[in-house]
Amino acid sequence: MKALEIKNLYFRYDKETVLENINFSLEDKKFMAIIGPNGGGKTTLLKLILGFLKPYKGEIKIYGKSPQEISELIGYVPQHTNFSLDIPITVFDIVLQGRLKKGKFFYDKLDREKAEEVLKTLKIEKFKNRKIKDLSGGQRQKVLIARALVSEPKIIVMDEPTSAIDPTGQKEILDLIENLDITRIVVSHDIKILLRKVDKIAFINKKAVIHEGPKLNIPNDKHFCEIELIEFLKDESCGI
Amino acid sequence: MWDLIGNSVYAGILISIAIGIIGSLIVINKATAITGSIAHGSFGGIGIGIFLGVNILLSTTLFTLVLALLLAVITIYYKHRSDSLIGVIWALGMSVGIIFLNLTPGYNADALSYLFGNILLIENGDIFMMVGVDLLLLISIIILYNRFLAMSYDIDFLKVRGINGSLLYTYFLILTSLTVVMSVRAIGIILILALFTIPPLIAEKFTRKFYQMMILSSVLSAVFIIGGILISYFYDLAPTPVIVILAAAGLFLSMLKKD
Repeated sequence: MKALEIKNLYFRYDKETVLENINFSLEDKKFMAIIGPNGGGKTTLLKLILGFLKPYKGEIKIYGKSPQEISELIGYVPQHTNFSLDIPITVFDIVLQGRLKKGKFFYDKLDREKAEEVLKTLKIEKFKNRKIKDLSGGQRQKVLIARALVSEPKIIVMDEPTSAIDPTGQKEILDLIENLDITRIVVSHDIKILLRKVDKIAFINKKAVIHEGPKLNIPNDKHFCEIELIEFLKDESCGI
Repeated sequence: MWDLIGNSVYAGILISIAIGIIGSLIVINKATAITGSIAHGSFGGIGIGIFLGVNILLSTTLFTLVLALLLAVITIYYKHRSDSLIGVIWALGMSVGIIFLNLTPGYNADALSYLFGNILLIENGDIFMMVGVDLLLLISIIILYNRFLAMSYDIDFLKVRGINGSLLYTYFLILTSLTVVMSVRAIGIILILALFTIPPLIAEKFTRKFYQMMILSSVLSAVFIIGGILISYFYDLAPTPVIVILAAAGLFLSMLKKD
């Protein structure tokens, strides 16, 4: 069964078509990057995959089900810059939130153990009792990844995971994503992600151009660089 | 002396419990403008109650619940214009109140007492309502603590977990409107916002966990309110402004602590 299958997808805000005839799929445990210019529709596509928006036409299936039906198996990692830092909340409190689900109001022993385990795996257990505001950008992003992972998702969707993070932190985050053993979708405008072992790339600019991996290396990939829709990448990455 | 200020001290403690819970949620959800809108808008319910000659608490409760639902729709579905629309509801509620007071024959001293409040004039009926609202708040926060905290940090994440964040936010606004109604006679519409937000703002700086913030907010509110009651009793001053000035002094002092 495909991890993600998008068929004939259209989306409109009012009368403006934002996404047009998007078709692609992703196999289980593969790594996909969704890239494209600002305003090209990548965030809309992310919201559709997460089930925040409903398609105007077409369908999205995650492991054969609609995103709403399978929401508990989707891990979501937003940008760390989206949140207020003033809330008195510790790293552990945030990670535990990944164990919340419909009908569940209190955390149990297993939830706490899982949260501890993920914090250790991501090597951020020493920050457990720190306030989120006391962490660096990269550490905050890791906390959000931990929150997504603690729910034991089959697929993880990340929105610009390397934005507003220093180069060392970016490398750590990308290494971490690369080594996760679940299906990964990363929405980004950071082309450094393309230098990683991505299995598939969707370039979204209203329509989608799909490039199949594996182990894509953009600077040497002539086919990718010649795709008409990725003009903006040429200067930055392809050197054409 | 206790005969004269006993009820107001009980009311102060009960309001402090409510401020600890709902005020902290207001501050971490950045819902200060929404709370101002509910508080000022509640004047519409007061005007309608006086005009119809019905129980003012009942008319104000119903009116503020309608406002809370309207504000929930605005903040959820019209996010991009919510700041302006919140201001509209603020003015609309007050306008409804003024119109109904205009239509009511005679001078309505009652209306003014709701604008400025007077905790020294609290009666047993008010205390019973406060106990009821406090119980609802305590039960709600015990059951929904984890969800409220998750909602305040990242409401979208609740959706991914299959939890209806919009419904939870609406419930938070309903609790806010009930807390406004229970406090309006004691604190007054105009100064409610200050008292609901100052203690949590101070507490936020000194706590690492949300439940600690709620507890500290309650304690600080009780100190400010009871302190204000005593000062106003001995110096024959209006209690609410004294309470707010004490709280503001506390806030400025707390700002000396660096983050």
